[in-house]
Amino acid sequence: MDPLDPQDKIRVLVAKPGLDGHDRGAKVVAAGLRDAGMEVIYTGLHQTAEMIVEAAIQEDADVVGLSILSGAHMTLLPKVKRLLDEKGAGHILITGGGIIPDDDLVELEKLGIGHLFGPGTALERIAAYIRDEVGKRRAARVE
Amino acid sequence: MTSTIPRAKQWQQRAQSGDRVALARLLTLAERGGDEFAEVHPSIHAGNGRAHRIGFTGPPGAGKSTLVEAYALELRKRAQRVAVICVDPTSPFTGGALLGDRVRMNRLTLDPGCFVRSMASRGWFGGLARTSEDVADVFDAVGYDRVLIETVGVGQSEIDVARAADTTVVVLVPGTGDAVQAMKAGLMEVADLFVVNKADRPGVERVVAELEEVLQLRADGAHKPAIVQTVAMNGEGIDELSRCIDEHREHCAASGQLATRRAARAAEKVRRLLEQALRDRLFAGKGMERRIEEALQSSEPRSPYAVVRELLQELGLVSKETRKP
Repeated sequence: MDPLDPQDKIRVLVAKPGLDGHDRGAKVVAAGLRDAGMEVIYTGLHQTAEMIVEAAIQEDADVVGLSILSGAHMTLLPKVKRLLDEKGAGHILITGGGIIPDDDLVELEKLGIGHLFGPGTALERIAAYIRDEVGKRRAARVE
Repeated sequence: MTSTIPRAKQWQQRAQSGDRVALARLLTLAERGGDEFAEVHPSIHAGNGRAHRIGFTGPPGAGKSTLVEAYALELRKRAQRVAVICVDPTSPFTGGALLGDRVRMNRLTLDPGCFVRSMASRGWFGGLARTSEDVADVFDAVGYDRVLIETVGVGQSEIDVARAADTTVVVLVPGTGDAVQAMKAGLMEVADLFVVNKADRPGVERVVAELEEVLQLRADGAHKPAIVQTVAMNGEGIDELSRCIDEHREHCAASGQLATRRAARAAEKVRRLLEQALRDRLFAGKGMERRIEEALQSSEPRSPYAVVRELLQELGLVSKETRKP
């Protein structure tokens, strides 16, 4: 089976965790990924890590995309990763965007978080990254 | 774990014992359709029939998602397990979709007695996705008491939901009086229950009056749909809605209508699957496409009807003799 068969749409859960209310970036990315042919589930503002993980599981998402501008990335992202792993959904790719210092990026990657994109990234690049990464993960998945 | 049990069967077993990851995987399989799901469907079907399936439809912006959330919370008070299927449109241009119903259902996310699944319509135009019913079958089979099905915001003729649901709720808002007139056919005929949501806004009386007028014209002696006023945002009228939905279900069960509807639904499902299977077979490979091109290539323009007749003859589906009128 072709891991990227059009029948097997890539499903991306886009969420805006925490208390900051700036969701423009998340909405732009959500619309961009839709235009790239993906099914994007948008959950809105003020999501806790627990809510994000539970929604991603219910939606059988391939990807969780988080927009974090609050500076809380070093606590939030590892928490989402840990909860996904605990619930048997460690196959889900975590990616996102925001203002993330380089040192933190390295640290987060070590924890198994996917690439995080900074301001000004072209949507095509994000979509290409997701396609590539999901393709690999689906092919590697044993059930 | 390597075993000869197909993964779909394993997911079903795990889903039945409460594994939500497995349930989500099984739902994806149902959504995709195809042989792998067909294989496991008999055992899913064996566990069907217990859940009350309730469809929510109506124009965009009527507050369907908010209403569904409020109703789900009401059901949770009575310890009912609730599954929600919400459908949003797929872009016919890119194949992508933005599924945003969860934004209004955040209060259900962490409740272990709820499971919300978004579906993209994937090129289907009846207000649901082609496989929404299969997804409902899965929820029913793994023990959800109620399956709430929310359509894409529909116009007048998207009435698939009435085939998928035991009870169909049509949601309107004040200011859509003209819509009531326009809906005399289609949506109006499939409604088992009307909700006038956002009932704290001016114009409620008018919508209710217009609904009543239209309903009086319904000739059949069937169950007259109730009209419930709600303000879903703050939960007003939701207990009344809940009571009316239960009443409809009881009425249908007592009058034998539930069985009739379900039988009709099953027959319709067979027709659809048969149609799909025949179409898939007909167009498998490129053979038929090439044959159509060939048949159309002639010096004279040919009528599509004549070409179809020729092709049907080749397939042995009509006899070669021309019948006299």
